[in-house]
Amino acid sequence: MRTIGAGAVSASLTGAAMVAESKPGPPEKILDATDTVKLKLNINGVNYAVLVEPRWTLLFVLREAIGLTGTKEGCGRGECGACTVLIDDIPRYACMTLAVEAEGRRITTIEGLMTGEELGPVQKAFLEEDAFQCGYCTPGQVMAVEGLLRKTPEPSMDEIRTGVSGNLCRCGAYHHIFRAARKAAIRKTR
Amino acid sequence: MLPQFSYVRPETLKDTVKHLNVPGAAAHAGGTDLIGCLRDGIMQVNKVVSLNALPDLHGIRETADGGLLIGAMTTITEVSESPLVRRKYPGLAQGASEVAGPQLRNQGTIGGNLCQKPRCWYYRGEFNCLRKGGDNCYALDGEHLFHAIFGHDRICVITHPSDTAPPLVALGAKVRIIGPEGKRTIPVANLHVSPADNVRAETVRKQGEVITHIELPRPPENLRSSYRKVRARRSWDFALAGVALALEMDGDRVNKSRVVLSGAAPVPWRSQPVENAISNRRLNAETIEKAARAVVEGADPLPGNMYKLDLFKGLIEEELYTVSRELR
Ligand SMILES: Cc1cc2nc3c(=O)[nH]c(=O)nc-3n(C[C@H](O)[C@H](O)[C@H](O)COP(=O)(O)OP(=O)(O)OC[C@H]3O[C@@H](n4cnc5c(N)ncnc54)[C@H](O)[C@@H]3O)c2cc1C
Ligand code: SF4
Ligand code: FES
Ligand code: FES
Repeated sequence: MRTIGAGAVSASLTGAAMVAESKPGPPEKILDATDTVKLKLNINGVNYAVLVEPRWTLLFVLREAIGLTGTKEGCGRGECGACTVLIDDIPRYACMTLAVEAEGRRITTIEGLMTGEELGPVQKAFLEEDAFQCGYCTPGQVMAVEGLLRKTPEPSMDEIRTGVSGNLCRCGAYHHIFRAARKAAIRKTR
Repeated sequence: MLPQFSYVRPETLKDTVKHLNVPGAAAHAGGTDLIGCLRDGIMQVNKVVSLNALPDLHGIRETADGGLLIGAMTTITEVSESPLVRRKYPGLAQGASEVAGPQLRNQGTIGGNLCQKPRCWYYRGEFNCLRKGGDNCYALDGEHLFHAIFGHDRICVITHPSDTAPPLVALGAKVRIIGPEGKRTIPVANLHVSPADNVRAETVRKQGEVITHIELPRPPENLRSSYRKVRARRSWDFALAGVALALEMDGDRVNKSRVVLSGAAPVPWRSQPVENAISNRRLNAETIEKAARAVVEGADPLPGNMYKLDLFKGLIEEELYTVSRELR
């Protein structure tokens, strides 16, 4: 990393990772501002039909309409990462995604990493490595790591840092989070 | 909760243009800037027109003449990781990789990146400033630590927030636009608007116009491109200062150059003085020193952002030394 003036800079590019092509979305739709329409969402492998307004975010629908409260709201403006979910296996912010835009996509939330009452490998690694204090950022951190490992099963430390760089932790558990990510990667590829 | 708006997701460009060609309609690409603007009441939008069902706006392909065509809906992540972009235009790949954080790069598109609204804290906050329709620029006499040192004419002192626009300008890219009056293609260098020309607009797009593609010309022989961004913290942050270089080299000689600054001006800022200092010269210590001094020629810094002068000098010096080291 090179340093200049006010901060550290590096034009680092993550390794030759696979490029996930974005695909055109679901079919044509026309909704009035005051309409509530039935929307089908595929969340953690389950099809939900919910009544939504065009202005509702995916975060709002997950928490308030469906009751999946594992996904957290921090800033509500794309700056903290607490609301991270996977859409077609790719980490995104649910607070910056309109629910209507998620139609026809595969949505994965923190609840979807469980098998019954059993934690998934990334969740287990966070627990074992003590990768949180208050825990508020944790669901988002876990989803960012899960998304990273689905795309890059054996990430370098730099790739891990970049992978969770869109997730703030006010408690500063970063080093433990990096360790948990590495442990989860080893466990998942074994 | 966001204010109410109607939502349409057309499947053809014709319908998209039709839906967008009314006051109060706004395009939705990745939504990473639009949703924030709606939440903060910066744009009065009563119809959101999603570009997500349009089939031809995604992906990157090589053109017959050896250039590239990038669909406006291609995500920033795809641009930064594309082997084609990395091989032909590393400066653009670096610019894209420096945008925001991973989630926003996965969601944000290159078209949206070029059309995003400025990040001035008065503009984003509850101030009805000049750009938002009011009478005053609050940043001029207020807090302007991150604001412009060039091209603001003391009218509006935003810096253009895009990290992909500077490399695109340096590389001579063009945007294809479709609108109610048909199609047009313009250089990215002419896309953005200076406050002196119109303080209420960021781009020259007219109502109903959509960017469909970005065209990159075939890279000349011995093109060396890069983008370097300086920011206050390593995870997401906008540029305090940045530079995109596109140099046509002949050994250690710079034949032609295009040098575009970010974090400098209300538009991606082409630095003619630096270009003049290095073009048709050997890239030695003397040239580099001249270029570093040249970068602040014509600057009009404000009391709170004088530090940017030294920052830009240091940045140009470091970047050009990096180039000259690669030559050895
Ligand atoms: C926390 C945070 C940090 C950020 N950091 C950076 C950064 O460091 N560098 C940087 O460059 N950007 C940054 N951004 C800004 C921005 O979100 C991204 O640049 C992104 O690429 C915008 O693309 P989008 O597709 O999400 O745009 P949208 O939000 O969908 O659209 C943005 C604007 O462009 C218009 N628009 C979109 N596509 C088109 C089109 N094809 N034709 C015509 N008009 C169109 C929309 O109407 C809207 O006004 C940041 C944003 C956030 C929230
Ligand atoms: S710099 Fe521009 S956007 Fe910021 S307060 Fe001044 S007029 Fe408004
Ligand atoms: S709540 Fe979505 S990024 Fe903070
Ligand atoms: S554990 Fe408290 S914010 Fe991260």
